[in-house]
Amino acid sequence: MIARGAAALAALLLLATVPLWVANGFYVNIVSQILIYAILALSLNVLVGYGGLVSLGHAGLLGVAAYAVAWLLSRGAGQLESAAVALVLTLAVSAIYAVLSLRATGIGFLMITLSLGQILWGTAYRWISLTNGDNGISVPARPMPFGLSLASATGFYYFTLIVFLMAIASMTLFVRSPLGTSLRGARDQARRMAALGFNVWLIRFLAFLFSGFWSGVSGLLYCYYQQFVSPQMMALPASAEALLMVISGGTGTLLGPVAGAALVVVMKNVASAYIERWNLVLGAIFVAIIIFMPEGLVPGSTRLWRWAFGQIGRPPPAPAAAKEPAP
Amino acid sequence: MIALELKALDKSFGGLRVTRGINFEVPAGERRLIIGPNGAGKTTLFNLITGEIRADAGAIRLFEREITGMAAWRRTHLGLARTYQIITLFPRDTLLHNVTLALLGLSPLRWNPLLPLRSQAALRESAERALARVGLDHLGNRPLAETSYGERRRVEIAMALAQSPKLLLLDEPFAGLSLEERREVQKLLASIPRDVTIVMIEHDMDVALDFAERITLLHFGEVIVEGTRSEVVNDKRTREVYLGE
Amino acid sequence: MTLWITLAVNSIALGGLLFLLSAGFSLIFGLMRIPNLTHGSFFMLGAYFGVFFLGQGLNFWVAALASGALMAAIGALIERLLLRQLAGRELAQVLLTLGLSFIVADLCLMIWKGDPIPIEQPPELRGFLPIGIVVFPKFRLAVVLVAAVVAAALWLLLDRTRLGAMIRAGVDDAEIARVMGIRVSRLFTLVFALGAGLAGFAGVMGGPILSVYPGLDIDMLPLALIVVILGGTGSLLGALVGSFIVGFLYNFGPALFPELAYVILFLPMLAVLVIRPQGLFGRHAP
Repeated sequence: MIARGAAALAALLLLATVPLWVANGFYVNIVSQILIYAILALSLNVLVGYGGLVSLGHAGLLGVAAYAVAWLLSRGAGQLESAAVALVLTLAVSAIYAVLSLRATGIGFLMITLSLGQILWGTAYRWISLTNGDNGISVPARPMPFGLSLASATGFYYFTLIVFLMAIASMTLFVRSPLGTSLRGARDQARRMAALGFNVWLIRFLAFLFSGFWSGVSGLLYCYYQQFVSPQMMALPASAEALLMVISGGTGTLLGPVAGAALVVVMKNVASAYIERWNLVLGAIFVAIIIFMPEGLVPGSTRLWRWAFGQIGRPPPAPAAAKEPAP
Repeated sequence: MIALELKALDKSFGGLRVTRGINFEVPAGERRLIIGPNGAGKTTLFNLITGEIRADAGAIRLFEREITGMAAWRRTHLGLARTYQIITLFPRDTLLHNVTLALLGLSPLRWNPLLPLRSQAALRESAERALARVGLDHLGNRPLAETSYGERRRVEIAMALAQSPKLLLLDEPFAGLSLEERREVQKLLASIPRDVTIVMIEHDMDVALDFAERITLLHFGEVIVEGTRSEVVNDKRTREVYLGE
Repeated sequence: MTLWITLAVNSIALGGLLFLLSAGFSLIFGLMRIPNLTHGSFFMLGAYFGVFFLGQGLNFWVAALASGALMAAIGALIERLLLRQLAGRELAQVLLTLGLSFIVADLCLMIWKGDPIPIEQPPELRGFLPIGIVVFPKFRLAVVLVAAVVAAALWLLLDRTRLGAMIRAGVDDAEIARVMGIRVSRLFTLVFALGAGLAGFAGVMGGPILSVYPGLDIDMLPLALIVVILGGTGSLLGALVGSFIVGFLYNFGPALFPELAYVILFLPMLAVLVIRPQGLFGRHAP
């Protein structure tokens, strides 16, 4: 417990001082991007990891929020109103996603979310009078919360960090709450949960809304960061990458999706300068994780650490107490 | 008051008719035993009652309330609880967690997305009491996967009782238990008050016959014989069913 | 008037091409119960192989067949070495195919670079053929004919051979097929290879119409998905009917409803998944 708290504090300190020890604005922006995608990955993990529902259409939800806020801002609407409307719209679209995709589970669910993501992408791409199609929409300026400017890399980073911490807090609460626990129960034994009195559909529906909300938040941040939205952000590869982040990082923990997001963003932006074929490396890592560490990088590497420590002569973790004889 | 009433209940899987026009009535407070050879459709009957599968035809009434089309989770809220033949609990979670889920299913708390579940002291105490009732409170923090089969069976019963049911369905509660464990469960069942109606499926005749007030014999999805212990035991059709036709 | 006729011609040609792409996808989905998300990549990689073989001076048809054969071999390797590791875990297999698509896409980019590469129509099929009032580009007509031939061949395979019977049994119920002694895992390898081969062959056939470019895989995969979901997984007839439906939607959609073109394309797939998951002619829901 204490070790966990200390680790969390250390991580917080590290994150809070990033602009101080990170080389320059370019790299601060990288960390901002990691945090933005971490929020997306965390939101997707609510469904994938805790709900057992694999969605291949989540970039669509990010896109709805981003486009909504971009559209409103480019027409002169206020920052707060735009963000609020965008999030409400994203919740509405999440509800539609949920009602349609929850008619199935497993591969059926995956394909329904995939087609929904494609419909959203196709709309952004083709409804040119609304979305400007491939040319995208530019956003004149970033918001100025309490009058503070987010124009600089550092300024934007702290804004993103605060939102990220709120997301982590929200996720932690959700996961430990009765609703989050019911969601996991439904993932493991849906029939039994129904027999115990849980309305499994409604639990999953609400989880979808929760997931969609935070996907929307990441969409807002993305839009503020790039100050530009285009259909590409909702295309199939985008949803696939989000899933890649979740699965490579590990679905069973909160840290996993964050690690996965870091992996993908670093590969894309930093490693691409040194490793030309980052997409290939990413794909290869993904394939390797699926085959050898299906629980993902974070739990998998934790497993490896423990094994390594065991080999160095430390006693392995005590096996669970021997079964007691039946009374 | 009739606790459970089945009228002309029919169910087929593909071409196979597993439940044929079953009529079945259990008055409140009774201890009913359902017996029959393998494949007679006993567990299917339970699944129809709990709503996990939908009947093709017929009606089901729980405490004189029509529940034929009702979703499974809703029926639980009407006072229905059941144990399963095959253990389908949560192996990686502790016994306390498993029982807590059973309690949570009926509590408005289950919709709360903010409070930590662990901090709900009242819920935790109820879970501990439920485990104590089956003599497993000392194993509360043990993951289910590390308990014996007999212990898991008792967890099932603890969970069903924790829901304070008005109708309790027990699917082979004695299967796989040692002699000691059987006696424990027998005592436990005998201690359940009369405001709970119990319907049990069992193969172990000694224990079951002891428990039952009325017995229903099923075969090929139909009710063959129904009556008191001695009526059913002495009925020649019972012998036919078990010794072959 | 001529616009509609042109669109109709293109629709039929695209339908034929889509059938070549989707027939394999449908069989893989029907037998192995997974949507093969690498299928678009197989199409693209096959097309690039076609570019290579044509560059070596091979005849168009030989290049197409060679690409198909090469893709079939690659498909077989992928199934045996990778997919089989995850036997029984369908969701993991789907994710694996997703990861593979990243790898294949990047490999193609690495080898053939980013510019679109046109594939020349075979010289004997240049020009047009008037049929009544319609003027058919000869090559597109050929694509439709090839699709018809392949359809007939596949139908013969499935309906008239023992192998086909085993595949159909596997599509119906793989577990029972296994119990009945059918070597289902061998069938998996075979069908996956067949699907990959057909996709690769289709890629070359489609070259003169679509050309080959990075992103071709992302363009084609959703179309194959729509076809198979509409038509029903595991059904050849479904793949045939679905291909032409999608061919028409793809061409007429943008002409009639330019802003909702993609919605029109995906809405039927969504509707089927939600209302009638087994599609028009399929046996199981996905």
